[in-house]
Amino acid sequence: MNRTKGDEEEYWNSSKFKAFTFDDEDDELSQLKESKRAVNSLRDFVDDDDDDDLERVSWSGEPVGSISWSIKETAGNSVSNHEREQLKSRNSFSSYAPLPKPASTYSLSSFFRGRTRLGSFQSLSDALSDTPAKSYAPELGRPKGEYRDYSSDWSPSDTVRRLQKGKVCSLERFRSLQDKLQLLEEAVSMHDGNVITAVLIFLKRTLSKEILFRELEVRQVALRHLIHFLKEIGDQKLLLDLFRFLDRTEELALSHYREHLNIQDPEKRKEFLKTCISLPFSAEDSAHVQDHYTLLERQIVIEANDRHLESAGQTEIFRKHPRKASILNMPLVTTLFYSCFYHYMEAEGTFSSPVNLKKTFKIPDKQYVLTALAARAKLRAWHDVDALFTTKNWLGYTKKRAPIGFHRVVEILHKNSAPVQILQEYVNLVEDVDTKLNLATKFKCHDVVIDTCRDLKDRQQLLAYRSKVDKGSAEEEKIDALLNSSQIRWKN
Amino acid sequence: MAAHLSYGRVNLNVLREAVRRELREFLDKCAGSKAIVWDEYLTGPFGLIAQYSLLKEHEVEKMFTLKGSRLPAADVKNIIFFVRPRLELMDIIAENVLSEDRRGPARDFHILFVPRRSLLCEQRLKDLGVLGSFIHREEYSLDLIPFDGDLLSMESEGAFKECYLESDQTSLYHAAKGLMTLQALYGTIPQIFGKGECARQVANMMIRMKREFTGSQNSIFPVFDNLLLLDRNVDLLTPLATQLTYEGLIDEIYGIQNSFVKLPPEKFASKKQGDSGKDLPTEAKKLQLNSAEELYAEIRDKNFNAVGSVLSKKAKVISAAFEERHNAKTVGEIKQFVSQLPHMQAARGSLANHTSIAELIKDVTTSEDFFDKLTVEQEFMSGIDTDKVNSYIEDCIAQKHPLIKVLRLVCLQSVCNSGLKQKVLDYYKREILQTYGFEHILTLHNLEKAGLLKPQTGGRNNYPTIRKTLRLWMDDVNEQNPTDISYVYSGYAPLSVRLAQLLSRPGWRSIEEVLRILPGPHFEERQPLPTGLQKKRQPGENRITLIFFLGGVTFAEIAALRFLSQLEDGGTEYVVATTKLMNGASWIESLMEKPF
Repeated sequence: MNRTKGDEEEYWNSSKFKAFTFDDEDDELSQLKESKRAVNSLRDFVDDDDDDDLERVSWSGEPVGSISWSIKETAGNSVSNHEREQLKSRNSFSSYAPLPKPASTYSLSSFFRGRTRLGSFQSLSDALSDTPAKSYAPELGRPKGEYRDYSSDWSPSDTVRRLQKGKVCSLERFRSLQDKLQLLEEAVSMHDGNVITAVLIFLKRTLSKEILFRELEVRQVALRHLIHFLKEIGDQKLLLDLFRFLDRTEELALSHYREHLNIQDPEKRKEFLKTCISLPFSAEDSAHVQDHYTLLERQIVIEANDRHLESAGQTEIFRKHPRKASILNMPLVTTLFYSCFYHYMEAEGTFSSPVNLKKTFKIPDKQYVLTALAARAKLRAWHDVDALFTTKNWLGYTKKRAPIGFHRVVEILHKNSAPVQILQEYVNLVEDVDTKLNLATKFKCHDVVIDTCRDLKDRQQLLAYRSKVDKGSAEEEKIDALLNSSQIRWKN
Repeated sequence: MAAHLSYGRVNLNVLREAVRRELREFLDKCAGSKAIVWDEYLTGPFGLIAQYSLLKEHEVEKMFTLKGSRLPAADVKNIIFFVRPRLELMDIIAENVLSEDRRGPARDFHILFVPRRSLLCEQRLKDLGVLGSFIHREEYSLDLIPFDGDLLSMESEGAFKECYLESDQTSLYHAAKGLMTLQALYGTIPQIFGKGECARQVANMMIRMKREFTGSQNSIFPVFDNLLLLDRNVDLLTPLATQLTYEGLIDEIYGIQNSFVKLPPEKFASKKQGDSGKDLPTEAKKLQLNSAEELYAEIRDKNFNAVGSVLSKKAKVISAAFEERHNAKTVGEIKQFVSQLPHMQAARGSLANHTSIAELIKDVTTSEDFFDKLTVEQEFMSGIDTDKVNSYIEDCIAQKHPLIKVLRLVCLQSVCNSGLKQKVLDYYKREILQTYGFEHILTLHNLEKAGLLKPQTGGRNNYPTIRKTLRLWMDDVNEQNPTDISYVYSGYAPLSVRLAQLLSRPGWRSIEEVLRILPGPHFEERQPLPTGLQKKRQPGENRITLIFFLGGVTFAEIAALRFLSQLEDGGTEYVVATTKLMNGASWIESLMEKPF
């Protein structure tokens, strides 16, 4: 405590804190950088991680003491030793004040459940099957009153009310159709899905399919709950029967088709999809489902063939570029990419040839060219890329044409790291001059930029570009030659 | 521990205490030492109402996540399963119980369903032969969970799908029950307004439930003046657009779960000397985001473009505060400085975190693709070129951008055009199916059923009428000092919030025409109060409206409502409740078909 004033000065001044300045420009990014810098410098100054009045947080960010943190902690295997040590040491000085007993006397349960909560361990489903409960611990034996409730004669509305409170109620007493339907209507009017479902389970068990369907057809809310319930428990057969009965054909078709998602085996899945084709889909969907089947059928053939080729090790393309994954269940465009990659040169007659795929699935030109381009560029097969855009007219002259626009071609080539000479060729084919100049600048196609500036007679831009090329390079020379040329009438 | 819940006009800590109390009651019912086996999904929501310490006080010694086969060894008397009522979880529980029976001392099993018991699940347990093994089978009505001083959520992921696709009313029933709980704690809400089919249902249920509890007259002075129930399908547009508030963007990019966000750790690496190089964190950095943090409360609802300047101002203030040490000459002054250090350090930590987060977001928002996407969204919302195939969407499909992003844009276009022309719709569908897989037929159907993606019927586009009448598109938007709710989407004013705003002033009668175009009925109900409980408002005192979004709400909408609450002459303050906090991506995802 007898530190001298000089010491203090010394201490403060030797701290690493540095002042910082703000330029007053309102640039967001620089502002962020400033605050970041400021914060970092402050961090150096206050070399302390324990912010005592903040909630304690382990590195993963879970507040120490939170439930998900505690699961890790008490289960004790997902946390590394080191981290646990750390957490423990932190935990030891983060004392939890004992929780005050709540001043509030509210309890949610008391609002809804009424006063008797004892019966709640007895479940409805036991009652449903008329088997009295037997396996409960002796100390929790039911009070006599419960037995009385159990046997007495509740009306449908009382029954539903009791069900809603989670109490014992036998439904078996409701034998006539009229009683059962009244029970259902009471349940529906309570809006409690849980109770509605309970009653529906009872009806499903005790009514014939025909009667159940007929009665539900005029009770839409209950009907929707039944559909949801059947989906939930996976009773596909009854669900399809129901849709058929209701003449909801499209739902029937979709619901059936949906099942294929759960079939892993490709052969079985294919066979299943075959059964879907004739289902009453809309015209559009019908075509898609047919395509889905055809595609998987194809993929199975291609997969078997290519797996064989790959393991035989005789085919160059598979040796050089081993397949990363099976082609089974891949989307159509991915399959087309695959076939452009591995089977580009194949004759149209084979299942795996790109042209065959294009025809079978009526793939639009644009889509086809995009995919083929990406695949061939990835293989750096520039000759194929060239051929993709070359058309011959009737005089035998060749012309370059791209249904997707050459700017897109350039982007894709660049993404596949095509060399500048190749890029340059296609940048030159971009029609819009501004786009061309932008792309050329972006991808450093110097010649294109220089020539375009020349053609535009834009001296200023050319001058500006000079700084972007290497000193003493051929490009610089070319620019200088142009700038000094007296032949050009510059517009600026 | 949850002081931020009591910052607002309505003290939501009362609700939190009530649910905590019920949890304690249940735990005490199972006497002796306990282990809890958690349905992992529940740990997040439970974390908002209780910490491990509360459980520990009630003899919870171990906690596990619910997994197949055997339970880990634990020397306890009770094993309690905390689960949602889902059939697949029942199968796992049965597996646990059956493999347990074969060894060692018998233990007592209990099951706590959250938020409701399900007869269906109990039936499944019975079928699996384990139902009799459970001593207590109860429910824990955690319907509305307090997230912040003005925010409640049921965190029910499936609610939208159930309500609007399957027409299953179960989650509406829970919503109504949650509202009854709120009324029991905060008094009867005298006026109920609503728009939409589900809103109508919930109001009906509430009125019915109230009739059935006539025995106990609620004698609590009402805190809320109004309840506004809104169907999500009245406003399908808003969640599809990219949120542009700070909190909204954090959610869009990283996803906020139960008020926590996981961030890439690199930006948060400790800058301390000595441990550079080693100990580089590889696990995501997890941060809690709520109004308990002063700085976050200030910036969360701002347009992201206004966040940078606040952060840099804060940095100046904090560094100036640290500078103060040079002026501290006497021991007393130094003492005072030191006493302020903890607070300053907390502020510094908070600033450091949010600067890092802002940087991460900035990386995204300055990207070319983000800009292009935003441009397209804004064109659609302002009614430009919504009736033809959009080339940006085409490009996204060609480059195989995430399917959810593509679907979100296509749906946005459809909603802003009251449905797409058949030719356009068919084109998009074919492109999507060919590029992403035919099985997505199912997802496309779901979107169609929900009204998100559909053919235009009758060749009439109603959106322009709605847009103009409700002033959904504002050309002059001030992001820094907003004067209108449209700042949350940099131009687009969320339809849902506009409806709330117009209800409070001048009233819905002024927009009858638009209300008729939007789906579902609109209505008003009164719940009469005994004379002693009727409120006499002081002049200048704001009304409090509880606004309940059935089917989900976004952070940007919440921000817009907070903006209205803070308006000096607004006259209304809002408390927001919802079935789920969501964004466009999580919403679309909930509508996608996956294997069973």
